[in-house]
Amino acid sequence: MSIWEYANPTRFMQTSGKLLPAVSVLSFVCLVVGLIWGFFFTPDDYRQGSTVKIIYLHVPSALMAINGWLMMLVTSLIWLVRRHHVSALAAKAAAPVGLTMTIIALVTGAIWGQPMWGTYWAWDPRLTSFLILFLFYLGYMALWAAIENPDTAADLTAVLCLVGSVFALLSRYAVNFWNQGLHQGASLSLDKEENVADVFFFPLLVAIAGFVLLFLALVLLRTRTEIRIRRAGALIARERLS
Amino acid sequence: MIALLRRDLKLAIRAGGGFGLGLAFFLILVVLVPFGVGPESGILSRIAPGILWVGALLSCLLSLDRIFQLDYEDGTLDLLATAPLPLEAAATLKALSHWLTTGLPLTIAAPFLGVLLSMPSEATLWLVASLAIGTPALSMLGTFGAALTVGLKRGGLLVSLLVLPLYMPTLIFGAEAVSRGAQGLPATTALLFLAAITAGCAALLPFASAAALRMNLR
Amino acid sequence: MKFGVENLACRRGEVTVLIGVTFDVAAGEALILRGPNGSGKTTLLRCLAGLTPPVAGRLLFSTEDVAYAAHADGLKAQLSVAENLQFWADIFGTHDIAPAVEAFELGGLLTRRAQDLSAGQKRRLSLSRLMLTGRAIWALDEPTVSLDAENVARFAAAITAHLAAGGSAILATHIDLGLPSARTLDISPFRAILQDAPSDDPFLDETFS
Repeated sequence: MSIWEYANPTRFMQTSGKLLPAVSVLSFVCLVVGLIWGFFFTPDDYRQGSTVKIIYLHVPSALMAINGWLMMLVTSLIWLVRRHHVSALAAKAAAPVGLTMTIIALVTGAIWGQPMWGTYWAWDPRLTSFLILFLFYLGYMALWAAIENPDTAADLTAVLCLVGSVFALLSRYAVNFWNQGLHQGASLSLDKEENVADVFFFPLLVAIAGFVLLFLALVLLRTRTEIRIRRAGALIARERLS
Repeated sequence: MIALLRRDLKLAIRAGGGFGLGLAFFLILVVLVPFGVGPESGILSRIAPGILWVGALLSCLLSLDRIFQLDYEDGTLDLLATAPLPLEAAATLKALSHWLTTGLPLTIAAPFLGVLLSMPSEATLWLVASLAIGTPALSMLGTFGAALTVGLKRGGLLVSLLVLPLYMPTLIFGAEAVSRGAQGLPATTALLFLAAITAGCAALLPFASAAALRMNLR
Repeated sequence: MKFGVENLACRRGEVTVLIGVTFDVAAGEALILRGPNGSGKTTLLRCLAGLTPPVAGRLLFSTEDVAYAAHADGLKAQLSVAENLQFWADIFGTHDIAPAVEAFELGGLLTRRAQDLSAGQKRRLSLSRLMLTGRAIWALDEPTVSLDAENVARFAAAITAHLAAGGSAILATHIDLGLPSARTLDISPFRAILQDAPSDDPFLDETFS
């Protein structure tokens, strides 16, 4: 049996219907355990105090913001090459979830930044590239919303996603260049990964797992909705013709 | 192939708004800035590279929805798609004529507007060079955006939303080259990056634009 | 040039409109498509012109040989008649606009801008473009709209000459052009909704839950 059989809407609805409750429950458990463990049962950082605990929201959401776009890229490619409708609809379903993750990452970052750097926003390369990612998500969703024919919309958004990925990546590195040029010696960096100690690391891992599962659950749910919308549209079209 | 370019240029001149509009917009934008930030030449000369590049970028946006929209509405695009000229070539030529009617005039006008913003004279050469190298990429990206939205009734605003994030790297390297030039630093690296983006766009985007056009005509 | 299709299915948007279209047209022959509005004549012609890929079936010719004329005139209002024609002649690589001007008697209009032409004159100009394509198969969608009797005759003469030279044509039209070797094809039987063919739409799966 090939994996592509799951790309059939009927098959996908059956499988995802069974998977969805399990994924949802698992994600809920991971989030609750990870966040509570992280918030209440880890010591304060010697430099950052209790503010460091926002890391349990910030890092997982930032991770999923990028992975959401990656997932859209892969599903768009599958749609363009093999024309599986579920793949295109999964890309469409992932966009708002990815956008929300980007917003969470930006907002938690700003809240964290205020006590740490004394400012909500700095044009640090990482922050800026997330802002750019946010704009790409917006454009992608706007194109989906603007085109009426769903297959054409899937085609065009897939092409936009491919070209957008190249330019998002390019922007990511261009921003590095630009920032060094303007703010010589600015040492704001979010790269705390090296100095995250084990006490922080394990709850973080659980929280990340929770976010991954949450993302998966939301995308599955939204894809199911999109499939139902398409089916309703197809039924209405058939009704009208006969 | 030359026929399509010649026709587009002829149309741009005769229909009005082709050459003039983007340039006039650029001028107004640059004139407005001192009213917003004050007439101090110190501040103006420091932000001049950014203003000129952002202005050029916005002026490029103005005429994007005309690239394919008129041809789509009167049926020319259907006929072009059945013609022996591949759509990839048509998209490239459309981008070229867009550049000739907006990017090139902007490049020529920019040094004069730089004077209004009291941009240091050492930066002028870098400004012209960076615009000459960078604006073709803007036209090609704009053509891609126009190809994506050609089937839409009111695609103008959407094109801006789609294309502006794609303009980001070009803007960064372009403005960077000029501001380094203004500070008397070597700006060749930024210019090389800019050239790489333009070359990459020329290699990649005609195919993406033509694919989007075919999807829209289907 | 002879052409044909085999078991062709074409779609408009996401709806499959026609299924199982099969016909053959010999060199020097014209096929007239008949069918009520919305039955898929335009869809079929766009498919033959290569603008929409067929859903199923085969085209027994290359779309490179098809000259397509749509409802829309595809003229540039700001260009003169001669410039409009010259553009297409250059695009198709024939470069000489004289045959088109002669066949449709556009000589007196050459310097006029397309925006100053009447609807019928625009149509004539648009149809004369077919002569510039140098292609053997003409696929025409309602070519005689807004033409007067005299110009319909002129157009019929142009098609007749094209057929006599070994070309072929497929037209969607409601009026009788009096072409010498024309067959009529009613496309109503091929309409997808009149057939009990199972839908290929994956979203109409009966087992969907």
